[in-house]
Amino acid sequence: MSTWTSDATALRSIWFLRGVRAAFSLPGLILVSSFIGFAALAKDAGVTATQAAFMTGTVWALPSMVVLVGAIASGAALPAAILAVTLSAIRLMPMVMALAPEMRAGKTRQCVLYLLAHFVAVTSWVLAMERLKRVPPHMRTTYYAGLGGTLVTTNVIVVTVVYAVADALPSAVSAALLMLTPMYFLTSLWGSARERAGHVAMVLGLVLGPVFHIVLPQIDLLVAGLIGGTVAYGSQLWRRKVRAA
Amino acid sequence: MSYFSSGAWWWPYLFILVAGFAATDIWRFLGVYLSGKLSEDSDLLVLVRTMATALVAAVIGNLIVFPGGALAHTSLGLRIAAAALGFVAYLVAGKRMVVGIATAEFLLLAGLCLNF
Repeated sequence: MSTWTSDATALRSIWFLRGVRAAFSLPGLILVSSFIGFAALAKDAGVTATQAAFMTGTVWALPSMVVLVGAIASGAALPAAILAVTLSAIRLMPMVMALAPEMRAGKTRQCVLYLLAHFVAVTSWVLAMERLKRVPPHMRTTYYAGLGGTLVTTNVIVVTVVYAVADALPSAVSAALLMLTPMYFLTSLWGSARERAGHVAMVLGLVLGPVFHIVLPQIDLLVAGLIGGTVAYGSQLWRRKVRAA
Repeated sequence: MSYFSSGAWWWPYLFILVAGFAATDIWRFLGVYLSGKLSEDSDLLVLVRTMATALVAAVIGNLIVFPGGALAHTSLGLRIAAAALGFVAYLVAGKRMVVGIATAEFLLLAGLCLNF
């Protein structure tokens, strides 16, 4: 074996570890706090610890998971749950579309990108978009595997631990934990919106959600998403037309 | 068939795999497939993004207005005030999430201590 190969291997593990280290950052810590909130939410809905840990590993997108738990809690049928979750997860597609070219270097295999795409969620995406530029192109998939893998593993453990200790917590602390998820979304969603239509959509959704929860409790999220999203999109088209006129 | 409608131990896991994993990862896989083929700024994707944003915002609204567990025992006014002021703090601090989350949590706990 040439020394070049072992050097390359050593380099690869170094970049993997740098990815791991990137997970232990402020955004990573905020994500942990929101998974603490998620665990409290899931436990409250009657989901077991094993099921919640399984959900964390397989779904790995907090909006999807919170929508799924909401569907579970409201007794939604499987098709309604699929629709609501899938509509909330569409936003992952443009995120992956933006990230994939950054990681595609020379001989990067397509199946590696499909595997790594599972790690894409708001936090790892924001971290990667910010830091991948400083990683050599052929080490980027390795770096992202370290980052994404660490975030998933850590939060599966976090969810399990919260289930174990949740019953011992005073009610004020439980209330505070349940408040973490909406605050995390409120701030991260606003910050990640690309265009002003995203902010309009957010304000509309905040109001329409509770309104349709009363009017159409079984499909409240779907209707709020479709109406709020279409109106926000329409407002963008209208603004563009006004500007052009 | 809802999550709790079957006694079989595997049903909840299947429910999570179909309604959670498959419903979510299909978009991630499509993203890899379409990257380089479709512009992220295309009108269709803007519409898709606003719909998804509105849906997640609806989740946030419901979590604040109709919460479960211990949060349900707090008053609606306190929850909305804590969330709104937390959000203002986030904006004032230059979009720093930590500031927004910490402010909302502090106000919620302070309100609970003062019996609001």
